[in-house]
Amino acid sequence: MMRQPLIEIRDLEVEARTDAGRTIRIIKGISLSVAPGEILALIGESGSGKTTTALTLMGYTRPGCAITGGAVLLDGRDILTMSEQERRRLRGTEIAYVPQSAAAAFNPARRLIDQVVEVADIHKLMPRDEARSRAMALFRTLALPDPDRIGERYPHQVSGGQLQRLAAAMALIGGPRLMIFDEPTTALDVTTQIEVLRAFKDVLRQDAMAGVYVSHDLAVVAQIADRIAVLKDGAVQEEGLTEDILYRPSHAYTRELLAAFEPVAYAATTPAAAAKTTPRRPPVLEVKGILAGYGPRDRAGLPGKTVLLDVSCQVERGRNLGIIGESGSGKSTLARVMAGLLSPARGQVLLDGRELEPLAANRRKEELRRMQIVFQLADTALNPARSVDDILSRPLTFYHGMSGAARETRVRDLLDMVKLPVALRHRMPGELSGGQKQRVNLARALAAEPDVILCDEITSALDTVVAAAILELLKELQRELRLSYVFISHDLSTVQAICDDVMVMRHGERVELLANAALPHGARHPYSRLLFASVPRLDPGWLDSLPIEITQADRDNPISETSS
Amino acid sequence: MTNQIRGTSRFGLRMNAVGIAALLIMLFWAIMALIGPMLAPHPPGDIIDFDYFGPISAELWLGSDYLGRDIFSRILLGARYTVGISLGAVCIACFSGVVLGMTAAAIGGWFDSALSRFLDALNSIPSKLFGLVVVAAVGSSIPVLVILLAVIYTPGAYRFARALSVNANAMDYIAVARARGERTLYIIVQEILPNITGPVLADLGLRFVFIVLLLSGLSFLGLGVQPPEADWGSLVRENLGGLPFAAPAVIAPCFAIASLTISVNLLIDNLPVRIRDRS
Repeated sequence: MMRQPLIEIRDLEVEARTDAGRTIRIIKGISLSVAPGEILALIGESGSGKTTTALTLMGYTRPGCAITGGAVLLDGRDILTMSEQERRRLRGTEIAYVPQSAAAAFNPARRLIDQVVEVADIHKLMPRDEARSRAMALFRTLALPDPDRIGERYPHQVSGGQLQRLAAAMALIGGPRLMIFDEPTTALDVTTQIEVLRAFKDVLRQDAMAGVYVSHDLAVVAQIADRIAVLKDGAVQEEGLTEDILYRPSHAYTRELLAAFEPVAYAATTPAAAAKTTPRRPPVLEVKGILAGYGPRDRAGLPGKTVLLDVSCQVERGRNLGIIGESGSGKSTLARVMAGLLSPARGQVLLDGRELEPLAANRRKEELRRMQIVFQLADTALNPARSVDDILSRPLTFYHGMSGAARETRVRDLLDMVKLPVALRHRMPGELSGGQKQRVNLARALAAEPDVILCDEITSALDTVVAAAILELLKELQRELRLSYVFISHDLSTVQAICDDVMVMRHGERVELLANAALPHGARHPYSRLLFASVPRLDPGWLDSLPIEITQADRDNPISETSS
Repeated sequence: MTNQIRGTSRFGLRMNAVGIAALLIMLFWAIMALIGPMLAPHPPGDIIDFDYFGPISAELWLGSDYLGRDIFSRILLGARYTVGISLGAVCIACFSGVVLGMTAAAIGGWFDSALSRFLDALNSIPSKLFGLVVVAAVGSSIPVLVILLAVIYTPGAYRFARALSVNANAMDYIAVARARGERTLYIIVQEILPNITGPVLADLGLRFVFIVLLLSGLSFLGLGVQPPEADWGSLVRENLGGLPFAAPAVIAPCFAIASLTISVNLLIDNLPVRIRDRS
């Protein structure tokens, strides 16, 4: 192991100044090294400093931050003491960076190939024709379809997964010795993620390139990294070989991360309820033959772009329905139809067997109260200009006519229910963390005392540990309040943890309905199998053991690859 | 980042030096508009000096005008007209623009289209020409000027407010409110309005500047405030004959217009920023 490291970080310190003039230490004395041909993963929750550390490898910090101590040695030369011009020469040729959002990294007005060969132009590495043929070779290595001509397209003409690989090609063209990947697959669907991961792994292995892979997903990292460094609060908590971290974690935080990844044991929340419903009550929520979409309606009343084709499903009282599918499968649209935000062209929504008006504006207040919706992004679902107190008080006033002291007591109860300190009620949403926002979001739905809560990807934007806590909370609330959830997600393990039945959707159609017990091996439909098989496992050999046809599945079906 | 002076951090706000200077000039004119005539050294209508277009002296701080009146006192009186009429007009314009803009965004559909096209049509009439025609037709008085200026600047305020509201209207918290069953009025007042006030206030300031300039322009053409009263625009016009004599009487009101408009503009560019880190 005593190879000369390619790049080494020694006692790195990064500080930021806030607008009040306070100094915050973001990175607190990190030391790491990467040997030639080795892939090091930086893992941790948001705010742990993993991206900041990765960027310092290029001698770069984000605006407002500054490197205040330590050294970054590339072949023994300190990048931090170089002039900006010298550093610029290294970027793209020695060290290259692949950002999280490839869509934001490409200029939408220029052809892909011109952007990919730009690095070679800037550094005058090779003539344009040579750069173009090299780019095409890279497209081939990265398993991009139609490698000779894909470069002639514009960024919006390729899918999210393809764009991410093109971003890698852009980084690779200068022939760097170190590649930095910053959460490159986080925004992609699972089936796409596999293909991108495999392409990255092949390319790195082929040229024996070193890599730094930043991610919050242990299972993804396990597939690609030789070593893992676990970061928290700007310091390395634990560092070791991938196998050691996965199977023999020594630090408490690493164990917590691993525990959050373990599938939560599912237990039917109301086992007796299923038996007791002998005088069968109608399902609490049911949709029948929903056909919906966006855009202007034609003469037959069909929308310009159809998103849902004849979808039916039902939710029994006290039970949970999971809806799983990739982006573009229509699962969020279904939630919008249920909530009355989108009027379906055909089909009905029934609450307790009674048909509801298609639009929320025409539904009765009591009907609206019984069904609440919680959105994925708590950032945009909470009005940034109103305090937590206002946000939670409104449904109390609106549905229950509460005011004064009674309302205040209830707000305290609600905050208590979602396990937030009462003092938080005077804060604005911008002053809360992501997990806290999602709890407020949930508390607002609970304020209505609903029977059904539509949860639209509510844990997707959260860190693993935080998401696990939210799931735990949902279960606890269900036991106490006899709620039913419609749980929409693209993540199988989340759905598996909480749902009694799971509906698999694709292209706006119901593929299959499975009972929890049948997950994931009871799936019959090939698409469900593909979807379930694509979920990364905490096993370093998982990706290599996959049959090749899984990773090529999206060839025949480019739509499933569009990322949200 | 280093050239920023910390302003009133007690309120959790920070402002830079330029912003503070602009704010002080603006406050000065606002106070002058209120109490200026009381401070005036001479009655603004009285002929003080037999020498017209007189120079700056201990008696007449900014010289005398074309009739030998004290120009300093007349500027203090003019502040009341210039600031008052413009403020009245800008408030009406922004209020109606914002109300209509938010309503159009929240209701959408044909209501939005019809209103937008109508106000676009209004917007397409050149503002000075429109002003000239209206004043020529109905005569000039202070209420006419206020309403005229408000009508001219409403479409712009509407466009601006509508664009902001359309963005706010697409957010999930609006969807949540709709799913809750809230009425359009609640959505407009409680959910959209608090999120557009910042930019709308900045727009109000900018529009105020335009109105001051248009009002001064109209007065300069003799269609604005009528003698014996005079706003700054009329003061420039009255004393235009002093230009060959380098009379301070023509420079001073120009300077007043410039200082007010430039300081409002600078204030908008350097509005106080809320300090987000308050731990």
